[in-house]
Amino acid sequence: MPDNRGYFDVFGGKFVPETLMHALEELQQEYKKAKRDKRFKKQLNYYFSEYAGRPTPLYFARRLSKELGNGLKIYLKREDLLHTGAHKINNTLGQGLLALRMKKPRLIAETGAGQHGVATATAAALFGLECDVYMGDEDIHRQALNVSRMKLLGTRVIPVHSGSKTLKDACNEAIRDWVTNVRHTHYIIGSVVGPHPYPLMVRDFQTVIGKETKRQILKKEGRLPDFLFACVGGGSNSIGLFHPFFKHKRVKFIGIEAGGLGLASHKHAATLIEGKLGILHGSRSYLLQDKDGQVNLAHSVAAGLDYPGVGPEHSYYKKIGRAVYVAVSDKEALDGVGFLSQTEGIIPALESAHAFAYLKKVAPRLGKGKVIVVCLSGRGDKDIDILKRYF
Amino acid sequence: MNRIDKKFKGLRRDKKKALLAFITAGDPSLSTTKELALEFDRAGVDVLELGVPFSDPLADGPTIQAASQRALKRGVNARAVFKLVEEIRRKSEIPIALLTYYNIIYHFGLESFVKKAVSCGVDGVIVPDLPVEESKEMVLKCKKYGLATIFLVAPTSDARRIKEISERSRGFIYYVSVTGITGARRSLPAELINKVRQIKRITSKPVCVGFGVSNPKQAAGVAKVADGVIVGSAIIKVIEKRMGRKDLVPKTVNFVRRLRQAV
Repeated sequence: MPDNRGYFDVFGGKFVPETLMHALEELQQEYKKAKRDKRFKKQLNYYFSEYAGRPTPLYFARRLSKELGNGLKIYLKREDLLHTGAHKINNTLGQGLLALRMKKPRLIAETGAGQHGVATATAAALFGLECDVYMGDEDIHRQALNVSRMKLLGTRVIPVHSGSKTLKDACNEAIRDWVTNVRHTHYIIGSVVGPHPYPLMVRDFQTVIGKETKRQILKKEGRLPDFLFACVGGGSNSIGLFHPFFKHKRVKFIGIEAGGLGLASHKHAATLIEGKLGILHGSRSYLLQDKDGQVNLAHSVAAGLDYPGVGPEHSYYKKIGRAVYVAVSDKEALDGVGFLSQTEGIIPALESAHAFAYLKKVAPRLGKGKVIVVCLSGRGDKDIDILKRYF
Repeated sequence: MNRIDKKFKGLRRDKKKALLAFITAGDPSLSTTKELALEFDRAGVDVLELGVPFSDPLADGPTIQAASQRALKRGVNARAVFKLVEEIRRKSEIPIALLTYYNIIYHFGLESFVKKAVSCGVDGVIVPDLPVEESKEMVLKCKKYGLATIFLVAPTSDARRIKEISERSRGFIYYVSVTGITGARRSLPAELINKVRQIKRITSKPVCVGFGVSNPKQAAGVAKVADGVIVGSAIIKVIEKRMGRKDLVPKTVNFVRRLRQAV
C-alpha cells in the first residue's frame, strides 16, 4: 500500500495543476468509500462475471510447455478472452461505476493501442455516459480497427497531433481536457500511472487478475507458481498479476518492457531499465528523459507499450528488487506473436507477445520443472494490419 | 527585500496595478527574448515571467505549447535561461520569475536550481504542476536562498486550500481565472470577481490574475479587482505573427504598452 499521500517509497505523489487537486481529493474520498461499500463490490463483481466474462481461464499451455522443454509448466492467464479483448475492461468497469457514484456524466480517456479507449467507450455505453477519447495521430493509423470500434460505441475519438503523436501526448491532451472540464468529467486513466489515487485504484481493479490466478493455480498445481511473466508499458496488467503475490517471496516477478529497435538505439520504451527518476503526468517515477529533463520519445511496435513513463509501484518493485525488468526488441516481440499463434492457436496482442518472446529466450535458464504463469493481457486482432506485413 | 516584494510595495503605495508579462525564453531566439525583456521594462511591465520550455507542458494551451516547441528546437534549457537572466540583469532591475514544470527543476537538482537562479538574478519561481502538497522541499530551499515561491489558486480551490496556498506563497498569488489551460479567451468567467475577493479576504498578499486575458479591455476589467494582471498567450500570439520580421520587437512592445495603459 502507498502512504496516504500516494507514495510507494519515493515514487508516486500528485504533481498536477491546482485546478485538479479538488477533483483528486474528491476521487480519493469516493474511492475510499466505494472500497468499503459491499454494494459497490457486488455491483462490480456482477459486471465482471455477467458482462466481461470473469473469471478468465488459467489455461495450461501444453504444446508451448513441451516446445520450451526443461519440464516447464506454462499457464496462460487468459485476459484476452475478456469482453473487448484485453484486461483494460477490469479498470474501466470499476472507474465507470465510480463516475456514476460521483455523478459525473462525462468520461475521457487517453489510449495508445486503443484497448483502453475501447474499454472506456464500452463502459460509457454500458452506463449511459458521454465519452471522448484522446489518441495520438500515429496510433490512430496503426490501430485503425480500434478507432472504428470506439466510434461504433458512440465515443468521439480526438486525434492528438502534438509531440510524438502517441500515448504520451494523448495523456497530455486528456489532462488538459480534464483541467478544463473537471467539474462534470471523470478522467479514466488506463494504467497504474498518473497522480494518486490512480496508481492505487487502477491496481486494485486489476488485481482481480492475480487473485484469480492464485486460486486457480493452487487448484491445478497445489502450489504457487515459480515465475510470473507480464509485459510492462504503464504496467497495469503486470501489477494486477504481481500484486496479490507480493508477500510470497518465492514467486518471482518478471516484467518485460519494450526494447523497440534495441536499447542502444535509444528507440525503445524500456523505462525501468534505462530511465531516470523524474516527474511526468502527475507522479514521480522512472522516466525516459534527456540531459535537460525533457521527456524522450518512446518507441515500440506495440502502441500500448509506447510510453516513456511507468507506474510508480513498478519503480518501487525495481528499487527493492522485488521484480526483475528486462526488455525484448520489436522483432523478438513479432516473433513472439508467431510463436504463440502456432504452438497454441492463440494470437496474442503485440504488447503481450513481449512476455512470450522473453519466455522463449530465457526458458532454458529457468531450471527444471518450474511452474510459470504468463499474463496474456490482450488478443492480437487489433494488430492484424501490422502483423500482415511480417507474416 | 526581493525585487518582486519591493515592486508590489511600491505599487500599493502608489495605488497602482501591476502588469505581468509572460514570454517563453528563446522564442524565437534568446537574443530576441533579451531585447523584449529590456523593452518591456521600459514600457512599464512590472514583472517579467520567463518560461523555461518543457517538452510536456500540460497546463498550457496551443499558443504556449508552440512557443515551447520553438524554443526547444533551438536547444534552450535551464542553463541557457540562467545565462539570459544574467545578461538582462546587467541592464535592468525588472523583477523576474521563471515559470517551468517540476521535472526541469527536479532534473537540474532542486537546490542547484534555486541557488543558480538566485545568483543569476531570478526573483521568483512558478511551477504549475507542483501543488502545495508536493512543495515542501522546494519551499524550504527557496526560503534558504531567497527565491519567491509563487503558487497558483484555481477556481476549484476551496477556502482551506486558498489559506494553505497563501501561507506558502511569496511575492504574489497567481489566480488562474478559468478552469482550463493557458490561452487567450474572448471572455472571462463572471465568478472571477467573487473568487479574487474571497482570496483577498484570506490573505493580504498581492493577487494577480492570469490565464485567458487577451486584450487591454479585459486587462482593465481584471485590474479593477486584482493587484495585477498576467498576460502570456496574447503576447506570444503577437510574436508568432511577426516571426522572422524586423518589426517583431516593436510590434510586441506596442501591444504591451497598450496593456500597460489599460491596467
